[in-house]
Order: sequence, then structure tokens, then C-alpha cells
Amino acid sequence: MTHPAPPLAALFELTHRCPLQCAYCSNPLALTPPAQELTTAQWQDAIRQLQALGVLQVHFSGGEPAARNDLETLVETAHRSDLYTNLITSGVTLKEARIDRLAGAGLDHIQLSIQDTDEAQADAMAGVKGALARKAAAARAIRAAGLPLTVNCVIQRRNVARVAAMIDWALEAGARRIEIAHVQYYGWAIPNRAALLPPREAVDRALAVIEDARERLKGIIAIDHVIPDYYAARPKACMGGWGRQFLVIDPAGDVLPCHAAKTIPDLRFDNVRQRDLASIWNEGEAFQRFRGTAWMPQPCRSCERKEVDWGGCRCQALKIAGNAAATDPACALSPAHARLQALAGVTDLAPSPLLYRRYI
Amino acid sequence: MSERILIARESRPSLRRGVRLQFDSARQRWLLQAPERIVLLDEIAHAILTRCDGNVSVAAISEDLARQYAAPKEEIERDVSELLQELADKGYVSA
Repeated sequence: MTHPAPPLAALFELTHRCPLQCAYCSNPLALTPPAQELTTAQWQDAIRQLQALGVLQVHFSGGEPAARNDLETLVETAHRSDLYTNLITSGVTLKEARIDRLAGAGLDHIQLSIQDTDEAQADAMAGVKGALARKAAAARAIRAAGLPLTVNCVIQRRNVARVAAMIDWALEAGARRIEIAHVQYYGWAIPNRAALLPPREAVDRALAVIEDARERLKGIIAIDHVIPDYYAARPKACMGGWGRQFLVIDPAGDVLPCHAAKTIPDLRFDNVRQRDLASIWNEGEAFQRFRGTAWMPQPCRSCERKEVDWGGCRCQALKIAGNAAATDPACALSPAHARLQALAGVTDLAPSPLLYRRYI
Repeated sequence: MSERILIARESRPSLRRGVRLQFDSARQRWLLQAPERIVLLDEIAHAILTRCDGNVSVAAISEDLARQYAAPKEEIERDVSELLQELADKGYVSA
């Protein structure tokens, strides 16, 4: 049996603990309690196995990864294994001394997220007070430590008009790159969809602002933009293709092909406590299920783009078309495409109350 | 706000913090590790980037490569400048 190509990158959801309660959080609705989290030694073992398997980059994420006291130790282990280390953080609990320790442990890069540039709106989305000022302080400390910074802004209907201000915020923070990413509708974003999905005209206006800024700020800040699937005509290559480049390890050690894979009810996941990562990646049921093109239905199977988008997003197919093996409804050729477009058309005119993520 | 880095003949390029050259032993190839990106390098791109240590000018790098590959210097210098400008615009190279 020939093995699939090894993964390029791994995302560690170190914990589901987080000081924020964002209404679009991509974590699952059933959050892992702290007592079930992997130990330091188990994460370190995973790092070494992944390095041997061919992984090049590790993204430390969560929840808030800084909620783990052993974050520095894990960064150092990954750095010593020659892996590129990236921290994905809300920044609200990151103080100068901790950032310096992380830089000293060999951290290569930090991605800092902001909810909004309007303080009241940022607080309302994150469900906490005063987060933005703390993020600005974290950004200053990150730059003072010499670490490269990417600012990530999650776009939804309440902040979509402030894309220009977000770019200015990132420039002011000294970021080399800004990622403007529309909410992906999984996890907590599904129950909040009607409150979060921006109207089409607002998405188009934001796009024009981004195009202009890209030209004007060329070489000063790189701008990456992820458009919402709900307004797309072709699917994205979700995770670069199922089981092709990327894996996620959740706080309890389950190994997933994407963050949202657990929403697919009949998929079984291996755990790092029971099975080695090479065999999970090469032969694990969850990875094999939608790997490659053999699983595809028509029209995907005979589509010339099948090895471009790899069939798009399985979780969205389940959510919208009712079947994880169906054509991604983001594709105009999907029978369920109209259903996705109809959902995009029913954003609330009055602001809906938000359901905040918390442990239930 | 910083200025765009423009690569000129006398620029002395180097990789910025958070960007590094690495040999990928699993795939037996050179690549550039960058923030949330992996850039695969062909032989020429690798030859250029190994010389970007902040001490050598674009002109000198190009001369060196023109000698090594027995290629016209102007052509090499154009290729070197183009690659480095592209990487500078991504935030990977300073000069």
C-alpha cells in the first residue's frame, strides 16, 4: 500500500479555555473540559511524531493557547524539532514578560485576532470588556520582542463596514500582514448565522476597500482576504484538501482532518493516546473517508477542478445539503447551491441577540 | 508607517525575522518557512536566497550566479531582482 504524502502543517487546539466568548467561535458546541486535556508530555510526544512524519509548521491555537501554562515548553520542543512555530492568540492575557519568554523559546510568529476596531462592538462580540486595548498592548510587546505579527480580523455584519479601519489598526500595530477572513459558518457561528452574515452589498463594498488597500499598501502590509462561501460560485480547497496537507489535534487528543470534522456524526476519530500519528494520518478512518477523489459524487468526479478544490468543504455539505459526501453547496453546480444562496439572503434586518460560547 | 522596500542593484538583501531557509528531509527539497506559509524553492531561487546574508549586494549575487551558471549577467540580475522584490512585497526579505 502506498502512503499519502505527509502533512505539511498541524494545528494544536491546546485547550478550549478562552477569556473571550466570541459568538462565531469555530470550536465545537460541546467544549472539552480542562480535565480531559492532553498533558505536556503527550503534546511533546505528538510534536516529535509529527516532525518524524514530515510536518513543517505547528500552529498553537485553542481556545486561547496562552491559557496553558506549558505553552513555552511546547514551543521550545517544537522549535528544537526544527518545526516552524506559530501562535494564534486573542492576546488579551499576553503580557510583555510572557511574550519575551515565548520569543526566547523559539517562537517564530504570532497571529493576533481582533473582533472590531469599535471598542463597544468588539466587547459585544467577544462578550468581555476592554479587550481591544489589551490587544493593542500585546501587539506593542510582540513588536518590541522583534516577532513578526499578523493581525486577523473576523468579518461579520456588525464590523464589515470597518474594514478600512481594521487595516489601519494593523498598520499602527506594526503587522506585516493582515488576514481579513469572513466568519466560516461552523461551530458557534451556526446558531448565530442570521445575526452574523453580512448582506451581499456590504461584502462587495468591503472587497472594493481591500482591492484599493492592496494596491496602495503594496510592500508595506500584505493583505489576505477570505470571502464567505455563502457568496461564492466555486468551493474553496478546504484545508488544502481533506487529508492532504493538514491535521488538527483537539484538546483531548482526537486527530481531525479539519476543525469542524466532528460535526460529521458517523466519522470515527483516532486519538493520540491510543494510536501513533503516522498510522492515524496514513490509514485512519477519518482521514481516508474523503481523501483524494474516489469518494466524490457527480458532478465533482468528472469536474476539471476536482484536484483544484478537492471537493471543497465536507462539513458544509452536511450542514446545507444534509450529506457529508454531497457536492459542496458553495459550488454553483451543486443541487443545494440555491439553498445556500437563500440562507445568505435571510440576514436579519434588526440585530439578533448573540449566543455566546461558554461551557454548557 | 513603514515604506515599501525597493530592491536595487546596491541593495543588500536578507531574510527577515520569522522567515528561514530549511531543507525538508521528508520531501528532499529546499523551502522557505514563513508566517503561515511554506514556499517551495527551485534550484535557482535556493541559490539566490542562500546568498542573501545582508552583506552582499544584488549586483554581486547576480555576478556570482552568472559565473556559476555561465549565463548572461543582465538576465540573471533581472531574475534575482524580480524574485527578491516579490519576496520583499510579501514581507519576507529586507534590504
